[in-house]
Amino acid sequence: MQTQGPTMFSYYLNLALRSLRRTPILTALMVLAIALGIGASMTTLTVLHVLSGDPLPGRSSSLYYPQIDPRDDTGYVPGKSQPMDQVSWIDGMNLLQAKRADDQALMTGGSVAIQPAQAGLDPFYQTARYTTAGFFPMFGVPFRYGRAWGAAEDAASARVVVISSKLNDKLYGGGDSTGRMLRLEGQALRIVGVLGDWRPNPHFYDLDVRNYGDSEGVYLPLSTSQDLHLAHLGGSDCWGNGGGGVTPSHTAPCVWLQFWVQLDTPARAAAYRAFLIHYSQEQESLGRFMRPPNVRLRNLMQWLDHKQVVPGDVQLQTWLALGFLLVCLVNTVGLMLAKFMRRAAELGVRRALGASKSALFAQLLVESGVLGLAGGVGGLLLACLGLWLVRRQPADYASLAHLDGSMLATTFLLAVGASLLAGVLPAWSACQIAPGLQLKTL
Amino acid sequence: MDILPILSTLRRHKITAWLLILEIALTCAIVCNAVFLIHQRLQRMDIPSGIAERELLQIKLAYIGDRPDAYAQAQSDLATLRQIPGVQAVALVNQLPLSGHDMSNSGLKLRANQPDNTLEVASYYGQDLLATLGVRLVSGRDFRPGELLDLKTVMPALHGNEMKDLPHTVIVDQAVAARLWPGRDALGQTIYVGNDIPLRVVGVSASLARPDDLQQGAQYSIVYPIRLTAAEGGSYVIRTAPQDRQQVLKSALAALKRLDPNRIVLGHGTYGDLRHAFFRDDRAMAGILTGVIVALLTVTALGIVGLASFWVGQRRRAIGVRRALGATRGDILRYFQTENFLLATFGIVLGMVLAYGINLSLMLHYELPRLPAIYLPVGAIALWLLGQLAVLGPALRAAAVPPVVATRSV
Repeated sequence: MQTQGPTMFSYYLNLALRSLRRTPILTALMVLAIALGIGASMTTLTVLHVLSGDPLPGRSSSLYYPQIDPRDDTGYVPGKSQPMDQVSWIDGMNLLQAKRADDQALMTGGSVAIQPAQAGLDPFYQTARYTTAGFFPMFGVPFRYGRAWGAAEDAASARVVVISSKLNDKLYGGGDSTGRMLRLEGQALRIVGVLGDWRPNPHFYDLDVRNYGDSEGVYLPLSTSQDLHLAHLGGSDCWGNGGGGVTPSHTAPCVWLQFWVQLDTPARAAAYRAFLIHYSQEQESLGRFMRPPNVRLRNLMQWLDHKQVVPGDVQLQTWLALGFLLVCLVNTVGLMLAKFMRRAAELGVRRALGASKSALFAQLLVESGVLGLAGGVGGLLLACLGLWLVRRQPADYASLAHLDGSMLATTFLLAVGASLLAGVLPAWSACQIAPGLQLKTL
Repeated sequence: MDILPILSTLRRHKITAWLLILEIALTCAIVCNAVFLIHQRLQRMDIPSGIAERELLQIKLAYIGDRPDAYAQAQSDLATLRQIPGVQAVALVNQLPLSGHDMSNSGLKLRANQPDNTLEVASYYGQDLLATLGVRLVSGRDFRPGELLDLKTVMPALHGNEMKDLPHTVIVDQAVAARLWPGRDALGQTIYVGNDIPLRVVGVSASLARPDDLQQGAQYSIVYPIRLTAAEGGSYVIRTAPQDRQQVLKSALAALKRLDPNRIVLGHGTYGDLRHAFFRDDRAMAGILTGVIVALLTVTALGIVGLASFWVGQRRRAIGVRRALGATRGDILRYFQTENFLLATFGIVLGMVLAYGINLSLMLHYELPRLPAIYLPVGAIALWLLGQLAVLGPALRAAAVPPVVATRSV
């Protein structure tokens, strides 16, 4: 039997194709059911896979997002209140200057008007990131031309800017633009660097601006943005007499900046947590903080998880699609069972002629495997169609919905696995038939 | 119709019967919840904004660089826009209902030194806001022109706790009034915001929806007597007759460009477009859910057709014998219909239990309300009908089997 394995397999395959061809409508029904279930599930699973991915593979485990709680005691519930999702200007600057982490960056989002030198281009708005220099090395941002600015430029509020490759393409046709002057908001800033292809998704470092999609077009020192009174864009959360206004003032009781740190070992992370508690105690004794120390130190993936960055609708759609797949599979099991039982006579003859139960079982499983493969191909086509429909949706993650190699392999594994699973019960019950009984009815 | 022979036949096809019951149950459970989800989305998309939706246009502008004369510019912008033929009113506001943008919120307290806020509301402000948006005053008065403060002076006063330069009056909408002072007159009452800044209620407006975060109470809104400029995030809102909207929008954009070419139009359109965009995800989700329901019902119906056809084929001889023994075509037809009805009933009972289970877990994870009981009878009738329709074809074929089959060997 072992030596005959491949020939038996091709014989079974032959039998399966013959049997399927005999009942084309039933076969088409089963393939369609599997294809629909697989197509729907793979579409939603791919979207889920893309949206819950790691934006910075290899780096994310050593990046942390410290949270502290500088609010007054209005609405404070000990043990339950979560610390703030961002930091205020004063706390951000304090933590930045303490330099207790392996690297750190303080940043916020913005929106600036770009005034192109070319006559044919009208002024237009670009999203911007105002940040300290640690942003680029810490997040491993690639550069196509030039370099990032350094701590010296931060301290001097230097009029320098880094632009994305997309903006570089638009303004300078993709050439090396370093050293040129970019006019924005009526000011001239020297371009020191052009980014390479960098589009981390989710947009982890500032989830208030948007969760998915393109990164910013313009990056400039945080100190420079404050000198030039550039507009803030993003979430701001105020307490007490804070509130309102596009750009909160530096002394306002508002959080509107993001502070990221790099901590290379768990021991460093534990030490940083202790530092955050110590800092909160210090501020409490100074009378700035009204609440007892309430800190969190989540790493990047924990932070995304905590912020529930994957839209609830996408999760709901995934459950819905899996439920649909289950119905399609139950449907296939029923139809396959009907089909196999109908062939009881044929199976009885094969049994009577000496085929073992396991041989029959293998033959029937090959048949369901063929169905699964056909359903998988159909499902893949439907998933491509489904993802194309997702990309046409207005959601900000729409453009990311593409099938990758791992999801392609998953599609086929899921299709064949599911149909084999669906084939086990019918094949088993068909094999239980006593050969004599079936021969008698002939 | 005697159901005992049917049951005894089904007992001989236990696995197939159970699979069909399971399929109907799963379909029933998923379809009930999906229809409920669609209903929720449609209800959400139906929320009244409280403003004259079909008569409003919005234009959002941004300046390049700092604008020290932004307040003077705003006044000349407003005056110019009012001159355009067809324009009924013009406002400069911080946000619009159901627009999803520029969230501004306030926590309200009923007493000074209260530890927690009583109510979180959306805070609207701007010039000529209520009149332009078409929000009716239920009682009290609108702000007087001299009462409005500039945002650029309010902000420093707020941070410096200078009561003199802060607003002293506020207009609340009906929903807030009913929530804070049930059964009493809201006029003349005092609310506290921030570090106990007192505000006297001078007017109660009709309900005005929030820009976003509808789960916090879609209609809780208040209006402050504050003016702002486009540089501070304000946008121009123009009221006009519905049929004049496109023409007025074109003229308004041209007029604003003539006044100061050195600014960028960030966005413009009718309020209808804004509201349409705000509910786009709900619309997409409702569409997807509808698609899944149709696909599920189709797959289930095809499954019933397939299995019933198989059973009919398998029992051809038995049917022939019954026909030969005197059963009419109608008897055979009713036999298969009753069989399907029984299977569907088992499936529906199991499906309803499942539907409630799914609903419970959705309530836990997605803040959905409980599935209303009306879904039970409606879902049951729908699946019974589906089953009867699906089985009709195979059952008719069974009824057409001639009695003579009994005498032939297959």
